[in-house]
Amino acid sequence: MQDYIQDLAAQHNHQARQLLQILRSIQSHYHYIPKPAIEQLADLLGISRTLIISVVEFYSFLHLTPKGQYEILISNSITDHMLGKHQVMDYLASKLNVTVGDVRADGLVSLDNTSCTGLCDQGPAGLVNGWPLTHLNPAKIDAIAALIEQQQALSEWPAELFQVADNLHLPGLLLRHPIKPGDALQTGLTRGWAQTLTEINQSGLRGRGGAGFKTALKWQFCSEESDPIRYVVCNADEGEPGTFKDRVLLNRHAQQVFEGMTVCAAIVGAHAGFLYLRAEYHYLYQPLQSILLERKKRGLLGHSILGQEGFNFDIEIHLGAGAYICGEESALIESLEGKPGIPRNRPPYPVSQGYLNKPTVVNNVETFFAAAAIAVKGGAWFAAVGTEQSKGSKILSISGDCLRPGIYEYAFGTSIQSILNDCGALDTLGVQVGGPSGSFISDYEFNRKLAFEDLATGGSFMVFNRHRKLLDIVQNFTDFFAHESCGFCSPCRVGTALLKQQLDKILQGYGSAGDVAALEEICQLIKTHSHCGLGQTAANPILTTLERYPELYQSHLKNISYEPGFDLDAALASARHLANRDDASAHLAQTEDYD
Amino acid sequence: MTNTINLDGQTIPFSAGQTIMQAATDAGIYIPHLCHHPEFTPHGSCKLCTVQVNGRICSACTFPAAEGLAVISNSKALNDDRQKITQMLFVEGNHFCPGCEKTGNCQLQAVAYYLKMLDNHFPHFYPKRGLDASHPDILIDHNRCIFCTLCVRASQQQDAKDVFAISGRGINKRLIINAESGLLKDSGITAADRAAHICPTGAILIKRTGYHIPIGERIYDHQHIDDKDTLKAQHGE
Repeated sequence: MQDYIQDLAAQHNHQARQLLQILRSIQSHYHYIPKPAIEQLADLLGISRTLIISVVEFYSFLHLTPKGQYEILISNSITDHMLGKHQVMDYLASKLNVTVGDVRADGLVSLDNTSCTGLCDQGPAGLVNGWPLTHLNPAKIDAIAALIEQQQALSEWPAELFQVADNLHLPGLLLRHPIKPGDALQTGLTRGWAQTLTEINQSGLRGRGGAGFKTALKWQFCSEESDPIRYVVCNADEGEPGTFKDRVLLNRHAQQVFEGMTVCAAIVGAHAGFLYLRAEYHYLYQPLQSILLERKKRGLLGHSILGQEGFNFDIEIHLGAGAYICGEESALIESLEGKPGIPRNRPPYPVSQGYLNKPTVVNNVETFFAAAAIAVKGGAWFAAVGTEQSKGSKILSISGDCLRPGIYEYAFGTSIQSILNDCGALDTLGVQVGGPSGSFISDYEFNRKLAFEDLATGGSFMVFNRHRKLLDIVQNFTDFFAHESCGFCSPCRVGTALLKQQLDKILQGYGSAGDVAALEEICQLIKTHSHCGLGQTAANPILTTLERYPELYQSHLKNISYEPGFDLDAALASARHLANRDDASAHLAQTEDYD
Repeated sequence: MTNTINLDGQTIPFSAGQTIMQAATDAGIYIPHLCHHPEFTPHGSCKLCTVQVNGRICSACTFPAAEGLAVISNSKALNDDRQKITQMLFVEGNHFCPGCEKTGNCQLQAVAYYLKMLDNHFPHFYPKRGLDASHPDILIDHNRCIFCTLCVRASQQQDAKDVFAISGRGINKRLIINAESGLLKDSGITAADRAAHICPTGAILIKRTGYHIPIGERIYDHQHIDDKDTLKAQHGE
């Protein structure tokens, strides 16, 4: 092990900022992070062992105790549930003789849940040692189980097991006519970079991650910073449940995304950039590396781009390790620096103090993708589409109850109803626009529009039909936030856990008068006082449905003034066991009849 | 340049680079806080110092003071929310004041007094957390840790030792010790270190000193946490 760790650290030039990448390698080699490896790494990188432990404990895909040689994770996204995730999990557990959340005694296999894998249009989905498994069904599971029992290396498994489809159903403004590699850089050089920024400004392009900050303004702020060392970061940590358009963009149009980053680098004066790729998309890492290499060979990346002296820009791919919070830009930067992904205090903002405290532009994959096209076709071309405040188009990831889940691109201003028509959604109860952190839209609101000024979204669009139980969906989302809270600030750390507990209490039938009001109180506290966007939106699933369907929540309450928040009799089980009693008086009724 | 902000209707000065909290402290105005300490880098995690700045919610300990800012701190709405955030901290851990050596000198308890907290309001988590009594002079009771990171910062910034860190995610946060064994006795800490004395609750205690000052004669038994002198005593001045 010592030699392995030593070589690994050397490969990464003993840089502490590479810690997360190093730990990822150790995890995949040993299926956990052994204690001696931590001690050795602390020495080699000149950092404390506690920093290493805190990184391991922060990311869901790193572990201090051994996982199976085949580590299977099944997506817990609501859309995977709707496609039969529960049955898949049960079948896997029985077929492989392993308990969910555990490692089999022989250490061969482990099985657990994971947050949305970005394969919602082809679920139930999961990962085996980081490789994607889609459309899981009994036949596939039989094949997988056999391969595991035979201890076949993943490289020997039939390739079709790892097939991921793009499901691009409706290309629009950007996807219909992707640019040719080099076109944006060539046009930019001819037009001049200042004029290119003006075009991006005139296009009205706003950040596609959901927050909608004006892209040209962000780039301008960064370019005006006094520090000459600047960075460009592409946020491909697409973690919002129900979103998978960045996966398709990176699979089909990575050239254009990298070109957008390079345009940005030319404008802000950056020489280094990063693609922060979520761990769930690890299978894209090698293909993306090849594209980077190809771009270098063609003079579109690296030294003296397109023969222009001084136009130097390189892109490095960094992998995440399972943490939704790293989609938040300052958390992403912390993660790039090899630390736990805890959002920073702001100000200062990343444009002035980002990666290594240098001015940094962080934009979504789709933003760079659009910016490259704008650099070629001009601002007016883009601004001609969309609404006054939301120019251009938005790429949606559509999943859930519809006939044709997949990727759709729409001009801003399109109504929810016409989107539902296109994807073949029938008998629709409502749509979750923007993922769990967005809003639930009910059937009487389908005339509302896709736009920053109406329904802003990072791209997640989950459809639910009338057979779905709304509160099961809300519970899934609420559990998600409690699982993904980084725990830095008290309102979110404690609040998301309280929220989960309080919602469970109501849904399990232990709620009584006042419990919905108590739920709402916790929601408001988290929303108002949390440190970052995760906490500020964690209560949205409850708040947006409580606003629309208050009677649904009330209907779960018992018609008494107070009900204990847990099962009293079940809580006495250990006392009964110790006293070796099970007679009638060793049991408690949940509530006395008071009236 | 005048360099003043308006805090709850009062005009107070600030100097360049100061946060709202620093300006308020210099002006003798108390803004509730637990993770803040004037000697260490602001952290901004407990959220008790939440104030409204030009209508926006911010942490006073990290938000820079700027000319003309209108800051609301001492409002009923903010104090109500601060009380609930304090209650969250109480139910998250296991805080039993009557049996705690720190009672009367505990800032968590004193903030709760200040915010007129009368119950815990939320259901208790009753987490299973342990003790580390391995060190000859210092005891850690994880039940009372509120993850303010003051010990982490004091150890790094003042003791130059890096004994503590906060690990884990979400509700599973935990204080960890920089020793191969994970035990305090094997870390470099001594009872003379600042980190051993900085805990605002009873999570880090010096052994055999708990009752040198009798209950009834401790800082917050007679003074409120917002008194100027109390603040100085609490900050170890």
